[in-house]
Amino acid sequence: MSQKLEPTPEVIEEEQIYREMGLTDDEYQSIVKIIGRKPNYTETGIFSVMWSEHCSYKTSKPLLRKFSSEGPQVIQGPGEGAGIVDIGDGQGLVFKIESHNSPSAIEPYQGAATGVGGIMRDIFSMGAKPIAALNSLRFGRLDIERTKYLFKEVARGIAGYGNRLGVPTVGGEIQFDDCYEGNPLVNAMGVGLIEQKDIQKGIATGVGNTVIYVGAETGRDGIHGATFSSVELAEDGTGQGSDIQAGDPFVEKLLIDACLEVIHSDALIGMQDMGAAGLTSSASEMASKAGMGMELNLNLVPQREANMTAYEMMLSESQERMLLVVKQGHEQEIYDLFEKYDLKAVAIGKVTDDQQFRLVHNGEIVCDIPVDPLAEDAPVYYKEAKEPEYYQEFQALPNYYPEVTDYERTLIELLQQPTIASKESVYQQFDSMAQVNTVVGPGSDAAVLRIRGFDKAIALTTDCNSRYIYLDPEVGGQIAVAEAARNIVASGAKPLALTDGLNFGNPDKPETYWAMEKSVAGMAKASVALNTPVVSGNVSLYNEKAGTPIFPTPIVGMVGLHRSLTDITTLSFKQAEDVILLIGKTKAEFGGSELQNLLEANYFGKAPSIDLAIEKQRQEQLLTAIQSGFVRSAHDLSEGGLAVALAESLFGTDQLGADVKLVGDVTTLLFSETQSRYLVTVAPDQVEAFLQTVAEATIIGHVTNREKLEITVGENTVINQSIAQLEKAWKGAIPCLLNSKV
Amino acid sequence: MKSAVIVFPGSTDDLYEIASEVLPGDVDRIWYKESNLADYDLIMLSGGFSYGDYLRAGALAVRTPIINVLKERADAGQLILGVGNGFQILLEAGLLPGAMLQNKDLDFVCKNSNLIVRNNRTPFTEKYAENEVVSIPIAHGTGRYYCDQQTLEQLKANQQIIFTYQDNPNGSVENIAGMINQSGNVLGMMPHPERATSALLGSEDGLKLFQSIIENWRGNHVTEA
Repeated sequence: MSQKLEPTPEVIEEEQIYREMGLTDDEYQSIVKIIGRKPNYTETGIFSVMWSEHCSYKTSKPLLRKFSSEGPQVIQGPGEGAGIVDIGDGQGLVFKIESHNSPSAIEPYQGAATGVGGIMRDIFSMGAKPIAALNSLRFGRLDIERTKYLFKEVARGIAGYGNRLGVPTVGGEIQFDDCYEGNPLVNAMGVGLIEQKDIQKGIATGVGNTVIYVGAETGRDGIHGATFSSVELAEDGTGQGSDIQAGDPFVEKLLIDACLEVIHSDALIGMQDMGAAGLTSSASEMASKAGMGMELNLNLVPQREANMTAYEMMLSESQERMLLVVKQGHEQEIYDLFEKYDLKAVAIGKVTDDQQFRLVHNGEIVCDIPVDPLAEDAPVYYKEAKEPEYYQEFQALPNYYPEVTDYERTLIELLQQPTIASKESVYQQFDSMAQVNTVVGPGSDAAVLRIRGFDKAIALTTDCNSRYIYLDPEVGGQIAVAEAARNIVASGAKPLALTDGLNFGNPDKPETYWAMEKSVAGMAKASVALNTPVVSGNVSLYNEKAGTPIFPTPIVGMVGLHRSLTDITTLSFKQAEDVILLIGKTKAEFGGSELQNLLEANYFGKAPSIDLAIEKQRQEQLLTAIQSGFVRSAHDLSEGGLAVALAESLFGTDQLGADVKLVGDVTTLLFSETQSRYLVTVAPDQVEAFLQTVAEATIIGHVTNREKLEITVGENTVINQSIAQLEKAWKGAIPCLLNSKV
Repeated sequence: MKSAVIVFPGSTDDLYEIASEVLPGDVDRIWYKESNLADYDLIMLSGGFSYGDYLRAGALAVRTPIINVLKERADAGQLILGVGNGFQILLEAGLLPGAMLQNKDLDFVCKNSNLIVRNNRTPFTEKYAENEVVSIPIAHGTGRYYCDQQTLEQLKANQQIIFTYQDNPNGSVENIAGMINQSGNVLGMMPHPERATSALLGSEDGLKLFQSIIENWRGNHVTEA
């Protein structure tokens, strides 16, 4: 495309070409008003990406305001590349979750790979060393060929990129439900460690300071990516927009090493990654945050392809690029530093004081627009919310109670459900031990990393049970936050803060917006109650295919701190004769449960209830018990209930078993998904002390060395199965599904 | 004792950081553009993905000038340890015989692996017992060691096979996980001993490798003095 063939401002207006870029008539008119004339093609494109949902949060802003980011532990809340919490000793933990759903639906390897790359740039652009990656993935049913392909390729993409960075992929979660078949979710969380004195901001201060472009060349890939991710996928799985951006983890690794060196240079003023909306968003946001303007000469931008237009360069989402602002006169210092890493660093412009975003290409001014309205004044939409009909129907249903006759077979089938089954075949592809700090890797409640040189560790998790949110978004939103915190506590750490990855369908549909509103309200309430403020996040809307939305899936990424390495607790049973205790009462709650999925292949009824006061009390009591040294193992009860949790606690142990005696309704005791419960083991001589610390714990049995799971309810033995058999079912399920031909 | 870790673009710093903790004396991080490798008692090549492993693992790293210096030091009998990508580079450089192929099931694999120490009469393994089973993690996609029959016979005859896998995870010939050159001063291994240096992280079995090197150095020093 040559610039000469671009439509004139008049044609853009008359033929409403701005609509193809995702702008509404009203938005176009606001732009005309802001700049006092009709925008040209480049300017229209620039506004359209900056005002896309992905960059401006124009639809989700009113909801995000409900989140609290306050707390003494918070160093940096939302607004920068990532949030930061204090972990003592002058150190901070930098973290954020981000979605890469649309590209992954089309080109799963590159979509997932560049998702990892993008989130890592958010972390190291703050000056932090990336120390961990997690991912939260959702796919359709695994017996469908396309799903198998997406699943395998997404895993390969995460491995292919993450492993090359030398950053360990330490955890995450993978769930499978029909609603994700056409629209898989790929959310990546990045975590970095920073010395608080090294914190960088994406800011362009100082008139005359130099804007430097670093990293890979700009190509035509990913043009309009931010806009593309803000529309629904077409029925054939394709979207509008250009090629999916491709990643180069080798260049990213060099960028990490070089950027972590450049933060110690006095010449550096600010740094930001070129993520969604590429050069446009990084440059305009850096200028806007500083109250300055910026002028760039696009002929100086390193280009991978010939004859690129201003429009293409400004909207490209080519990967592995950073924008730096450095002190005038100190450019050479920066060039030399990047040269050491064989990276290109090029001056492409300067900071101005006129608050204009001005671009020059081939000697002509191709863009001259006020920077603040561009970066800050996107319209805010208050969408209409309407309670969907199914919600009242579900609420009115009598409590769902499943008919189970063969408990042993049911347990085995639950262990084979892909959402519960071992994901080892996937996790093994991820280098989970890079950097040599991984104490607990993938497959546990929370990943745990030591902080070298200190007697402390960090816990990391991602969580979201979208089935509960589908049934009851407000309650489900609370559960998502509570469960993440529960995972952190079970590992022996205190929950500190969270990042939210909000994945929803089309917000223009009142029922979808209602679910957004309710689930965010639920999350906000739980985040305040559990003292885990929201410090960063990402919104991905229009996750629909052929008009069918995904379940509302607001993923919670949470971090916690172990005050000592001795507090680190894992879910595995440790020793025969240890006493097994269940914390919390169990009710018959099967709405949205894995058992309901197994038996009905559907979800209906009420989500499990949650009482945040009880939730908080139990978290505090269990953490106290762990910190007092009373607890040998701890596991939070989630999908599949107690029976699954018992089995999981025995897998991989040294020939241990469990002898459990319960009283009550068998199906409820074994498989209900009542919230706020934990399974713990305690050495016999510590049980009394434990019970004095944790109020609602009941002794349910003891660990044996019989290599069997034996469960008796009343007089009846309901489960008597060898651990080897259970583990075989659990481990074999996903490889078996992936290898079977339909 | 003075040690060096050569770092290429794309290498990780894991070996450098852990070696700095477990080895006495200075451990220098040598960026590949430097060329002075004299005066080191031990030269290490770290893991990771030099040049992204975009061509063949290690193929581009051996085209850098520092490799010629490395070869000189190898000929001079200096101790050289290559781990993961470092092993691949030693193979590409011809300092060890054979080649690496993609894992048999084509995927990257990261997990704990049990190794059998086949030869403990080397400067790298003297603290291990012969046939001792040790747990040392692997993390690679191209770790399937391959060589022709004649080379394999030589390796066996010279007792150059140092570590073998108990459960071959990648399809390596003869379960080979680590090997030494004929002169006994260049060791390459795919498993990562630096990742097995802390009970908290699951295994300390890699420590004996570093302790063997230290002991060997001390022995040489006493003799020289």
